[in-house]
Amino acid sequence: MATTERLTSGGVGDAVLRKEDRKFVTGEGRYVDDLKLPGMLHAAFVRSSFGHAKINSIDASAALAMPGVHAVLTNATLPVETGVLSASNPGGDVRHPEQAILAKEFARYVGEPVAMVIADNRYLARDAADAVQVDYDPVPVVVDAEKALEPGAPLVHAEYDSNLVKTLAHVTDGFADALAKAPKKISLRVVNQRVTPMPMETRGCIGDWSNSTGEVTLYTSTQVAHFVRTFVSIVCGTSEAKVRVVTPDVGGGFGAKLNTYREEFAVCAASKVVGRPVKWIEDRTENAVATIHGRDQVQYYEAGVDENGKILALKFDAVQNNGAYNQLLTPSISHLTLFMVPGCYDIQDVSITIRQVFTNTTPTDASRGAGRPEATHGIERLMDAIADDLGIDAAEVRRRNFIKADQFPYTSATGLAYDSGEYHETLEVALELSEYAGFEARRAEAAKRGKYRGIGLSTYVEVCGLAPSAVTAALGIGAPGWEHSTVRLHPTGKATVITGTSPHGQGHATSWSQITQTELGIPFDDVEVIHGDTAFQPYGLGTYGSRSLAVGGIALYRSLGKVREKARELAAHLLECSIDDLEWTGTSWQVKGSPDRAKTIQELAYAGWASASLPEGIEPVLEATTFHDPPNFTFPFGTHVCEVEIDQATGHVEVVNYTAVDDCGNVITPMIVDGQVHGGIIQGLGQALFEETVYSEDGHMLTPTLVEYLVPSAADVPPMTLHRTTTPSTSNPMGVKGIGEAGTIAASSAIVNAAVDALSVIGVRHLEMPMQPSRIWNVMQEATS
Amino acid sequence: MIPSTLEYTKATSLDEALAAVKAGARPLAGGMSLMPMMRLRLAAPGAVVDLGGVPELVGICEDGDEIAVGAMTTHRSVANDPLIREHCHVVAQAAAGVGSMTIRNRGTIGGSLAHADPHGDLPAAILAAGGAVIVRGSGGERRIDVGDLITSYLTTSLAEDELITQVRLPKGAGQSAYAKFHRRAIDWSIIGVGVSIGADGVRAAATGVGDHPTRLTGFESVLNAGGSLEDAIAKAGEGLSPLGDLDGSTEYKLHLVGVLAAQAHAEASSR
Amino acid sequence: MGQTITVTVNGTAHTAEVEQRTLLVHFLREALNLTGTHIGCDTSTCGCCTVHLDGETVLSCSLLAVQADGHAVRTVEGLEQNGELHPIQKAFHENHGLQCGFCTPGMMMSALGVIEQHPDASDDEIREALEGNLCRGTGYQNLGAGVRSAAVEMARN
Repeated sequence: MATTERLTSGGVGDAVLRKEDRKFVTGEGRYVDDLKLPGMLHAAFVRSSFGHAKINSIDASAALAMPGVHAVLTNATLPVETGVLSASNPGGDVRHPEQAILAKEFARYVGEPVAMVIADNRYLARDAADAVQVDYDPVPVVVDAEKALEPGAPLVHAEYDSNLVKTLAHVTDGFADALAKAPKKISLRVVNQRVTPMPMETRGCIGDWSNSTGEVTLYTSTQVAHFVRTFVSIVCGTSEAKVRVVTPDVGGGFGAKLNTYREEFAVCAASKVVGRPVKWIEDRTENAVATIHGRDQVQYYEAGVDENGKILALKFDAVQNNGAYNQLLTPSISHLTLFMVPGCYDIQDVSITIRQVFTNTTPTDASRGAGRPEATHGIERLMDAIADDLGIDAAEVRRRNFIKADQFPYTSATGLAYDSGEYHETLEVALELSEYAGFEARRAEAAKRGKYRGIGLSTYVEVCGLAPSAVTAALGIGAPGWEHSTVRLHPTGKATVITGTSPHGQGHATSWSQITQTELGIPFDDVEVIHGDTAFQPYGLGTYGSRSLAVGGIALYRSLGKVREKARELAAHLLECSIDDLEWTGTSWQVKGSPDRAKTIQELAYAGWASASLPEGIEPVLEATTFHDPPNFTFPFGTHVCEVEIDQATGHVEVVNYTAVDDCGNVITPMIVDGQVHGGIIQGLGQALFEETVYSEDGHMLTPTLVEYLVPSAADVPPMTLHRTTTPSTSNPMGVKGIGEAGTIAASSAIVNAAVDALSVIGVRHLEMPMQPSRIWNVMQEATS
Repeated sequence: MIPSTLEYTKATSLDEALAAVKAGARPLAGGMSLMPMMRLRLAAPGAVVDLGGVPELVGICEDGDEIAVGAMTTHRSVANDPLIREHCHVVAQAAAGVGSMTIRNRGTIGGSLAHADPHGDLPAAILAAGGAVIVRGSGGERRIDVGDLITSYLTTSLAEDELITQVRLPKGAGQSAYAKFHRRAIDWSIIGVGVSIGADGVRAAATGVGDHPTRLTGFESVLNAGGSLEDAIAKAGEGLSPLGDLDGSTEYKLHLVGVLAAQAHAEASSR
Repeated sequence: MGQTITVTVNGTAHTAEVEQRTLLVHFLREALNLTGTHIGCDTSTCGCCTVHLDGETVLSCSLLAVQADGHAVRTVEGLEQNGELHPIQKAFHENHGLQCGFCTPGMMMSALGVIEQHPDASDDEIREALEGNLCRGTGYQNLGAGVRSAAVEMARN
């Protein structure tokens, strides 16, 4: 195979092309559905068609009579020790009802698995699943979180006296005074609708249990292989040391695969029963109900402001729909919202209350951005509402409230220590690039064509690099936030990098190779990156929360430093000099000023392996491992500017200009960063314009396929202008921050703010998402009637 | 994702196809509607007969005042055909906007009519043009105006043993256009309106306004009586009551009928 | 019901017995082990399963395998020739037209379907032609330039 083509050398910051691509463009990617194991059987699930129902009986006789059907398993027969476990308990005392792997007495949302069929192939499995008869007694349903809190609402879990999961609260001492003294109060209600992460590859897994050894191998499309291993061992009742989780290529995650799901446990347990590997691949219609959703938060803002639009106190009350059960991190998602309520603004006093609620819907959890888009969307809508109310320009009201560059490190009213920021700079650059100043002429021109044109801003900051382990513990998350790396130099001078991150499109093999070239002088093409197999790597925490580079990348950076320092000792020994006499050239250790007295890293890799002569106290082989626990989060930020045109006749909203200025600190792979911003913005655009996961009042899913759930296509997206500023993070030695979620966090409010601005000429002051044409038309009708 | 068990035959002649249909097989044209329904198990025919191998069902030719289009002619062929583009523009335009490129490669004009989706574009466009279908069954051949073909949701007036063999498009519908409104580019029309300005006046028809494509008689009668376009648009939704759903309220959809009728009329007039 | 079919895939004739309800995509993936063609939806919406049938793009999830009997199918595995990437493959790589790679084979087959018939397709025409191929990662921003560069290289060859 040809070496990876590249535009420049292959170190940090170089415009390299991805080394992952070849297998994907040739069709040789290996996703979970591409794997076949000898003797493998196939599973299909029988799922509840009711939002809430008592399960009276399950009759599997017809299914079992079908040739090729091996088993029909139910709650009574599936061999597991517990239900799905959540790792999230923010503030303590979170209600965690049992989530049995197959529903026990009640099904609490449409799609909840009730029985599992194992058959020779997937066609038969589906036929047999359809032949299983379940006798249900439907009981009252509640899908709306605010209604679920009303007295007398149907109880999702009868063992509790209400549907409240947990109330998260945070109030600063000075809040009441500050709000009382504020000369002006501005209120806003914002609905952040339910969405679905919707990776193009659905979920899927293969469980392979050996009854002779008790070992189990689970192949699964996940972002978090090690979490899955830990939980499989607990749920299925086996030693964690006997569980291997393999992550093949993963066709997108977006939070959908940052979880441990019933089906992952079920295929392991089923394999134990039938003594053969069991594969399950999720249908898209199944994905719509069986994989987590995101968002679904109703927010009530009240800002106390002075005459200049400066926020003196901010009250935020929200209701978060958790769905029927808590998944891996469900209660922590709106906790992230809580932390980011003040956004990039210097707001000293806040009062935040978030009530989490059970409803008869699929659980919500992390969907790209995970709690942070909710915070950003709301505060950015609020900033525009303040600007509108006081007659101040939207950019100006932000300038007046920004945390200033000289305030960093900055401790927010919610207790976060923002590392670095130049908020004014990204704003001014974005205003310039988007020709903000000349906008009114474009508005006037569009009006002549029957279009309302508007411009909107989103100035965001996000918390990334999850997370310092002491902090995750304090936040009630039963998992740490460190990351692992191992760097291994082979006798031939090539390098293996083992990382605990779990890329599924982010290109870590490329970026990690660049870091290795820069820090250790091993050429980009001589580096192989291994990830996603618990058999080959120490514990890793995985890829989510824009953490991979800021935590996993730093773990790698530190291992590379350790190897380089060990190589130095070896070089000093071989060159018969003191280590202080040596200097690092980028590819070798040499005696200062004497290029002829040097050892390349490859020579040292060989010498370390050969071990013919090692310095006192040095072990053979250049290899190092690091478990890096970050001292702090990172805080990427930026400004997005959007222009929309709204068709006066139909209400159709079109994004006509989009400018993004992002600051994610130092950049390793520019092309990948741009790609993450592109995709992130389109996911935010999807939420702003197209996407909503909708239930009927009786709990039925009204958006079960890609025909109803509108993922934007190539023909629906605008071209965009990207730009970066660089403010290195002070939280880590590479000065990196993270970029995977920035676009999604920023985009929805920029687009909605632009649409509200467009309709401001007819007196419209707020719009909810998605801004589908019918909704906009109704608003226009009301405004003009 | 998995269709139910079925028996498949591929007809190589119209007679074979008709015999299979008479024996109870469901006709499979391009499969762009039926196959997804089978995968979702919303349809589970025990037998299907593939019409893809019947030569007499494919092709476009001039036949007197009409263009004869084989029922198995793809949307792509219809969209690109010079005769249809010239003489029955509304249909070519509607065909060009169905689904995606790949769906147009496979989906057929006869399949669209027989499937009778209440949001289908082709039925409304052909209705606006004043087209008809030729159907054949054990009782022989007959001609049905498209307006009498689709009776309600996914239902036609075809007898159980009948197949659409041909679509007849009038050549006098050159001054015509189709306008549609949908969310994403690939989505079904929320509302679509075809308008044809012919020798005997204006014909207009809409999709998405009920359980079958419907003539916009209010719109037509105002214009054909010499009334203003403005008045015609005001009457475009007369007698219609599209159901409110995730795509919009009844009121919104009726409003769209007017907007799209105006748009299609303007485009047709300019041709 | 079973039926024996012969389908020429990427130039090689394959004969196999299939259940008549077998979807073409499952035949390619399960019987022929050509797993580069993916499945992303149940409704003919996502385009992940796009292949060429007798030179035209089709959704292999919306055809029965028996319908391909006697026909020629081209899949992503048939693009690379003698170890040389096809221009469309190179273009996706060089323009960062893919991230997780799941939609990529279908996206490339559709793109090829456009430029084989319209070598001069504009950015807008390309985006429109790819409207039936959903991608959740790239935001589609690099597709236009990528596909156009492939068209240029194909015209040159």
